[in-house]
Amino acid sequence: MEEPILEFKKISRSFKKGRTVIPVLQDIDLQVQPLEYLCLVGESGCGKTTSGKILTGLLRPSSGQLFFEGRDVSTLKGADYTHYRRSVQIIHQDPYASLNPTHTIYNSMSFPLFRHKLVKTREQARARVAELLEVVGLTPVRDVIDKYPHQLSGGQRQRVSIARALTTQPKVIVADESVSMVDVSIRISILNMLMAMRETLGVTFVFITHDLALAKYFAWKGRIAVMYLGRIVEIGPTPEITLSPEHPYTKSLLSAIPEPDPDKTRTKEQIRLRSEDIPRLTELPAGCSFHPRCPWFVPGLCDKSVPSLEPFAASELRLACTPLSQGKGLNLFETRNLA
Amino acid sequence: MEDNLVLSVQDVSIIYQVARGNVKATNNVSFDLYKGEALALIGESGSGKTTVSLSFIKMLPSAAKVTTGKALYTREGKTVNIFELNEERMRAFRWQDCAMVFQGAQNAFNPVLKIKEQFFDTAKAHGWRKRKEVYDRALELLKLVRLDPERVLESYPHELSGGMKQRTLLALGVLLDPQVVILDEPTTALDILTQRAIIDVLKEMQGRLGFSIIFISHDLALAAEMASQVATMYAGEMVELGTVDEIFYESLHPYTLGLLQSVPRLERGQDELTSIKGNPPDLIDPPSGCKFHPRCDFAEAKCAEKKPEFATYEKEHKVACWFPEKVIEARQGLWEKAS
Repeated sequence: MEEPILEFKKISRSFKKGRTVIPVLQDIDLQVQPLEYLCLVGESGCGKTTSGKILTGLLRPSSGQLFFEGRDVSTLKGADYTHYRRSVQIIHQDPYASLNPTHTIYNSMSFPLFRHKLVKTREQARARVAELLEVVGLTPVRDVIDKYPHQLSGGQRQRVSIARALTTQPKVIVADESVSMVDVSIRISILNMLMAMRETLGVTFVFITHDLALAKYFAWKGRIAVMYLGRIVEIGPTPEITLSPEHPYTKSLLSAIPEPDPDKTRTKEQIRLRSEDIPRLTELPAGCSFHPRCPWFVPGLCDKSVPSLEPFAASELRLACTPLSQGKGLNLFETRNLA
Repeated sequence: MEDNLVLSVQDVSIIYQVARGNVKATNNVSFDLYKGEALALIGESGSGKTTVSLSFIKMLPSAAKVTTGKALYTREGKTVNIFELNEERMRAFRWQDCAMVFQGAQNAFNPVLKIKEQFFDTAKAHGWRKRKEVYDRALELLKLVRLDPERVLESYPHELSGGMKQRTLLALGVLLDPQVVILDEPTTALDILTQRAIIDVLKEMQGRLGFSIIFISHDLALAAEMASQVATMYAGEMVELGTVDEIFYESLHPYTLGLLQSVPRLERGQDELTSIKGNPPDLIDPPSGCKFHPRCDFAEAKCAEKKPEFATYEKEHKVACWFPEKVIEARQGLWEKAS
């Protein structure tokens, strides 16, 4: 296997709020291979955005190490650190908030070019900005380059954000819910554009989303990591994760999502959770944090120790579930109790 | 069937008067809503879904004006035109006859009042002063939305999670036994498993209480699951209306087809998705003829010249398009009804 371009080694991150410590990420091990499609999927509070921020260097881990091209990022200095920051860029979720309303598109985009000394003159900057706007399909460029964000539609703004992420010629782009604010009809064109950039510009994408169907489309040839309350619970090739997942949480998520097909969505098998409430991060349940909701909960096993992410049987999946990794299979909690 | 007609919307047009001119937010919208039905309005942002719904409870901003049309509401054999109700009648009409559950349940409650006071307030404003009766009804409704009623009634809004607030809001919405409930993006901004709980609860409530639903959503999967009728809206106009099966399996309008082709489906293998080209039009100066023609793959010269009528294609299935046959041909083999 190639050397990962980015790697999480036992990364944890917590935030302090007054005296309470909120553990947002716990013991994450994750490798991002060059040119792979990797999706982080999960509900709010699962730590996917925090992971993205740590990847891009916007947040430091509380413990554990982040490696970029085999080197510990916390030890990088000077030009090496700049190289890392330049190589890993982020596209934020909300294109209405991520562009400064008082700057023209040219201003917003030329700033990183000058900051990283990628251009020397205004002419060069203008030419480079125009080139990037063309890459993201904002043509004719002269109609866009001197406009202010409010003069553009949501989809156009998101394209500007993408173009801006490209200014530093990054190797990795973290796309955090980058299409969730964009209308359905233009979502796919933006995703297709990102996928094409992987081919033409050699950019690796880490795509963060709560929408499993979108993750499936984007990372069909890659991997999905499913996160729950600060941990990765299942990771593996996208077709397996979306069509035949093993972890109870992934199964529950998939069964809960309506399909854009009336017959299929009405007849879809529903998994009934034992509880609908997500535990608070400050009061995480003992053992597997999904156990209070898990329909396949095994008392005395799931609530004792935190399962670690392990390879599962003959599949390419790795998952964190004590009964499964002990080869016990899944038995519904209620039925077993009745028997 | 005619006896069960609850709301008959005929030829409604609404404009917003702004400095640049008149925004034609809704144009000649007509539909019938029967008892116990769920009508989904789908379309992109700015397609007029919310505008038309707000007009039924006269909650439009002051810049908006209803220029044509009627909204005939029938209860117990008496029919009134909603647009002709005076302020006093309107105040009673809202909530007793037509309730709206707004997007973002977080903001719909008064943060300094206990939930029970908000139930009492609502009842009192509509002349229902027997607190015991109101309390009992609230208990019943909260049980129906699968919450612990006593606990919720004694809570302040901040003590409830997003999903609990959304369910409480649904219970509060139907407190006065309205015949029509308008739901604006009922599940957006909620987590997947919470969304599922809301969908299930809504179906159960509707089955038990028998109200009719108009819901506004950009989520096609939600429409497939919840709706009995679906209307596609584009640029302020209704372009297709039919049963949920007709819209999803036998769509006739290029825009509906375009939407369906741009959503990923979870239960299948790799998706082949295409997005609709171009951007939504400027509603102050909309395109000539069919407003969709600049983005339509099937457009011919006629489409730019003359606007197609919104007319019956077969049975209750209506469409505004010159060439529905082209859509029928294009969708062959894409997806079919299972049975």
